[in-house]
Amino acid sequence: MASPDGTGAREPMLPVPYRVTSRQEETHDSVTLRLDPVGERLPPAQPGQFSMLAAPRIGEVAISASGVPLPGEGSLEHTIRTVGAVSRALHDARPGTILGVRGPFGTTWDLPSAAGRDLVIVAGGVGLAPLRPVILGALAERDAYRRICLVAGARTPAEFLFRRELDAWACRPDLEVDLTIDQPSADWDGQVGFVTEPLARLRLEPHRTTAFLCGPEPMMRFCAQGLLRTGIAAEDIRLSLERNMQCGIGLCGHCQLGPILVCRDGPVVGYALAGTLLTIREL
Amino acid sequence: MNGAREALAGDPLFAGLSGTELELIAAVARPVRLGARERLLREGDPARGCWLIHSGCVALDLAIPGRGQVVVQTLGRGDVLGWSWLVPPYRWQFGAVAVQPTTLTELDTEQLRALAEQDPRFGYTLMLALFESLAHRLQATRARLLDLYRVPDGQP
Repeated sequence: MASPDGTGAREPMLPVPYRVTSRQEETHDSVTLRLDPVGERLPPAQPGQFSMLAAPRIGEVAISASGVPLPGEGSLEHTIRTVGAVSRALHDARPGTILGVRGPFGTTWDLPSAAGRDLVIVAGGVGLAPLRPVILGALAERDAYRRICLVAGARTPAEFLFRRELDAWACRPDLEVDLTIDQPSADWDGQVGFVTEPLARLRLEPHRTTAFLCGPEPMMRFCAQGLLRTGIAAEDIRLSLERNMQCGIGLCGHCQLGPILVCRDGPVVGYALAGTLLTIREL
Repeated sequence: MNGAREALAGDPLFAGLSGTELELIAAVARPVRLGARERLLREGDPARGCWLIHSGCVALDLAIPGRGQVVVQTLGRGDVLGWSWLVPPYRWQFGAVAVQPTTLTELDTEQLRALAEQDPRFGYTLMLALFESLAHRLQATRARLLDLYRVPDGQP
């Protein structure tokens, strides 16, 4: 979409129409939507970035990419949990529905910069969605990384996203997978406990480990503190922040967190910066 | 006894202990193996013993009428199993059963307590090591109580 000044730059506040082409139910309240452009294509979202997804006549909401961009395809993949009116409308969108998309916005996980190192990926609840592209990206270039550990937590077994994929990953010899649930369940014979517990059992080599965290902020704080205790540098701990993103381009200020605007300077930030910010109450 | 000492020395729990202190603990330690579904502790039994898990997985459970044995937590490599020997009424508050084949080091807590009482300095060091493990367990349990993964209020 050309800008009004004729320079060809895209107008970042105007949504671009995308059609829902597939809808995969992940849990009782979460789905993964594949979106394909009706006409114009937006640039592919890099792992960690988010888009503003609009449900016509209801509103828009920031949703991180949960898939990896494929060369030549304009498809987007986003996993949405019903938490309010907009996300419910997106969640309920069936194949054929037209949604508005702006983006992609924000910083990335910068996975390539962790090449040659051990990766520790810790996800809590729907925090697995923004980390899925990290896992897929690392597995696609498996030889570029050393040890890869995934620790994922959920309330109950039924609330894990990407369950089929998790089961497949758990069978891989080159990926260590720890799944743990908070609430005991009769149909679960795996680990029961908070994600910090399997994380603490990993016996990491701190000087060659890069950590990627996504989930509720207290969870990320507890995990980061545990990783710091093992000797991992704050610069080697990356996490994805969530705030009230509205414009997506650092203009409106709704997502301000201390000195940063999360939509522009995040959502992925290093713990060296985020550590102090996570104790700030929302402004 | 060297095997027990090596097993203890390799455990981060005891990283702060001196060689002499490790020898003292190793003298009251023995290796244990559990098969899958083998029960180690029963709720309400006299609490004797403390275990360091080296591999495998152990579930802590509790019998709840109408629900059977309910797992409250699982423990794995590096975790300490068994605290009730330290405090009255010296009875297990939960049961423990191996989820999969598990290797552990068992500590004779009668002897361990006697050593600590004979040498309070050693006892203090030992208790600090155990307390650190317990503090992390408590923090994780509190985090679970927060129910962090529930649907948040006031979201779009």
